[in-house]
Amino acid sequence: MNNDRRAFLGFGLGGVAVVAGLSQLLKVSPHSFNELLTRKLLGAGRLAPTFPKDRAKTPKPNGNIGMEEELTNWTLKIEAPGHPSRSMSLAEIKALPRVEMTTELMCVEGWSEVVTWAGTPLRQIAPANAPEYVSLTTPDEQYYVGLDLESALHPQTLLAWEMNGAPLTAEHGAPLRLVVPVKYGIKNIKRIGTINFTSTRPADYWAERGYDWYSGL
Amino acid sequence: MKQAKPKHALAIRWFHWLNFPILSLMIWSGMIIYWANDAYFSFPDWFYEKAHLSFRLGEGMSYHFLFMWFFAINGICYVTYTALSGEWRELLPGRGALGQAFQVVLHDLGIRKEPLPPAKFNAAQQIAYTGIVLMGLGSLLTGLAIYRPIQLSFLTQTFGGYGTTRLLHFLLTLGYVGFFFMHVGQVIKAGWPNFKAMVTGNE
Repeated sequence: MNNDRRAFLGFGLGGVAVVAGLSQLLKVSPHSFNELLTRKLLGAGRLAPTFPKDRAKTPKPNGNIGMEEELTNWTLKIEAPGHPSRSMSLAEIKALPRVEMTTELMCVEGWSEVVTWAGTPLRQIAPANAPEYVSLTTPDEQYYVGLDLESALHPQTLLAWEMNGAPLTAEHGAPLRLVVPVKYGIKNIKRIGTINFTSTRPADYWAERGYDWYSGL
Repeated sequence: MKQAKPKHALAIRWFHWLNFPILSLMIWSGMIIYWANDAYFSFPDWFYEKAHLSFRLGEGMSYHFLFMWFFAINGICYVTYTALSGEWRELLPGRGALGQAFQVVLHDLGIRKEPLPPAKFNAAQQIAYTGIVLMGLGSLLTGLAIYRPIQLSFLTQTFGGYGTTRLLHFLLTLGYVGFFFMHVGQVIKAGWPNFKAMVTGNE
């Protein structure tokens, strides 16, 4: 009987210890742990699957943070350490190599939509020996995302001006938005104002609200 | 006085009792994630509110993607242990298990009066306990497939794409909930010594 009591006590205490241990783990930023592990294990190197164009649909706009003001005189500002900051007009960006692709946009909420995008790879405007991170912000700086360089230079990471064969509409991020299939939708910032190549991990709107900074897929 | 007979190995009891809180945490954090896009059916709002499942998506994802490693490791340890110890022989359904399991159901419903053939696990238990391990594997694979649907896209596309995989992952969870109620019901029916054996190891 003593043994029985010991077993009940052992599993009871063991169970309490496990739950206490796991809840302690939650305090040491599970996002960082997950990022460390999956970045090391999986990275962001693979290409996203592409789909036939006729499967493309219009995704939900889902949010207009950073797009509330009227937009005038838009140019894209590009900053990188050791380089003077420069601006590009939409016409100059459209003169860069054009890529069209039909990929799946995956929302952090759990839904997804196949969409055809056209634009130029972000890496077209990246400086040689770019630092570790890229920060993208809306012109009013209300929405901002941070990317690791590997995801930013991924061949399917586009500065897009077309969605499903038509110029981007305002609610989908005209004149220029980011499409980054290796990340959740929250990283696919609309109405890009500034792109900053930087060596410090950039602020990220949703990471500041409890979401995974890495948000890789 | 009855002799205490060893029934469940210490390792099995640990895997079992560790799995209970870990799987509970997985289902709970999974519900927080499901709240953000409750596409298959909606729980009533008061339920989400009372259970504090609303507006915590980021948090829920971080919990889910942390605990999943413990769920996977515990499951892998369990399967490895049963394989190496030879205990799989008692757990794996043999030939004719379906028919025998039907007899068990008839017996449990009180239709079949004769006692069941003596064995550590009857055929219905073997099917249930093997099935739940396969479901665990299914949850692990569908889970990884929607966790990193691009880097593991071969897996995601094998399951039928992102949306389908998410649905499968959800259905498997419903399966666990069903298993849980059936399991607890059977344990209550089997009585205290049976439950005690899962803690102390002896019957």
